[in-house]
Amino acid sequence: MKVTVDQDKCVSSGQCVRNAGDVFNQRDDDGVVVLLNDSPAPEEQEHARKAAAACPALAIDIEE
Amino acid sequence: MSDTLTSKTSDVAAAVPDYPMDRDARCPFAPPPQVLEMGEAKPLSRVRIWDGSTPWLITGHEVARELFADSRVSVDDRRDGFPHWNEHMLSTVNKRPRSVFTSDAEEHTRFRRMLSKPFTFKRVEGLRSAIQEVTDECIDAILAGPQPADIVAKLALPVPTRVISEMLGVPYEDHEFFQHHANVGLARYATAEDGQKGAMSLAQYLINLVETKMAIPQGEGNEDAVSDLAERVTAGEISVKEAAQLGTGLLIAGHETTANMIGIGVLALLENPEQAALLRDSDDPKFIANAAEELMRYLSIIQNGQRRVAIEDIDIGGETIRAGEGIIIDLAPANWDAAAYPEPDKLVLTRDAGQQLGFGYGRHQCVGQQLARAELQIVFHTLLKRIPTLRLAVPLDEVPFKHDRLAYGVYELPVTW
Repeated sequence: MKVTVDQDKCVSSGQCVRNAGDVFNQRDDDGVVVLLNDSPAPEEQEHARKAAAACPALAIDIEE
Repeated sequence: MSDTLTSKTSDVAAAVPDYPMDRDARCPFAPPPQVLEMGEAKPLSRVRIWDGSTPWLITGHEVARELFADSRVSVDDRRDGFPHWNEHMLSTVNKRPRSVFTSDAEEHTRFRRMLSKPFTFKRVEGLRSAIQEVTDECIDAILAGPQPADIVAKLALPVPTRVISEMLGVPYEDHEFFQHHANVGLARYATAEDGQKGAMSLAQYLINLVETKMAIPQGEGNEDAVSDLAERVTAGEISVKEAAQLGTGLLIAGHETTANMIGIGVLALLENPEQAALLRDSDDPKFIANAAEELMRYLSIIQNGQRRVAIEDIDIGGETIRAGEGIIIDLAPANWDAAAYPEPDKLVLTRDAGQQLGFGYGRHQCVGQQLARAELQIVFHTLLKRIPTLRLAVPLDEVPFKHDRLAYGVYELPVTW
């Protein structure tokens, strides 16, 4: 799995951290997504998929 | 001949139903029956609103999600064809500064990022113990006070109001003033005159507050969201009016919506005792979190629809929405779409409600959603745990519902135990 994020699209909803806190974080100042790990371990992959589905700005892309 | 034509035309006009529709008083949790019937037939159809225009009403879950996320759909209420909530919103459209609610694309992103700092997932997680403390204090007061007690006045309003006052740096002593004006500002059928009064005094209150914060030197107890906005005014990024407009949005959305969700959510739990028991007996944070999502799905308190206008032609759900046509995305029928949620009329805390649309979706999804989630999870669970014998003190049909507000809920909820 390969994860990419688009910070320009991000609207700081926090849905990525809520679903996959090991893969994503938010910048302190404005909540914009920060990718912690672009290749999540197998046990984190389902969480990353949920985060991508929940992102309201469609700012997370996952290549399987 | 022309008579026949005329009568045909008026038949067609009459076939477009008026919106919003009334709920069935016997099913106070359900969306209006006519909206549900329309949703069963098609995911989108025309309705007629107060000014006589006929925008599209979106009732399907999938179509709602797609349109929320579509950049050809605008929230700019100055555009022709925008389906305003009421006369008040239309009459003030050129007076209201642009805000996170009415701007698109980069302008929206700029506003949104100014507001997001206090609402990140981790900042809100850090507030959980404070929210728990406020909740426990309110419940202590209920238990120590007379019966019946009003859940709205004693719990639903004070918890989110105290939390948002602290975050924004708004003095809690002023809560009666801003709760009143927030309630006035959410009048569903506001005329131009009614709306104006409430909006003006709240705007002036926030302007004064921003100016007060600007006068406080940095680093002297000004770690709050209105101080952040005041700093941006000082830095020349936004005007005082824009800062006040953004602050007003946070203040209203930050307590009124959550308060409504708590009040009617407690009622829904009392009316579904076996579901309430599941929540009371659980200590699993994931179950408690999903229970709050399911309550939001079931109740979708934002009534009156999310208003948008198409800026290009959009083919969706077997129809074409033309550029310049209004779009109303109605959260309640979308959250009761049987294709997304089997038996949608049942409150089922064990179902996966992860894609519920109560906070909207797309780039305008609720700024304060993580805070609202934390508050709902803590309040519902703590109340059921601490007052396990809680019950309604009046018959259900005597509970006063907020049919006349943009945010649905209950005006009061007398309970006993």
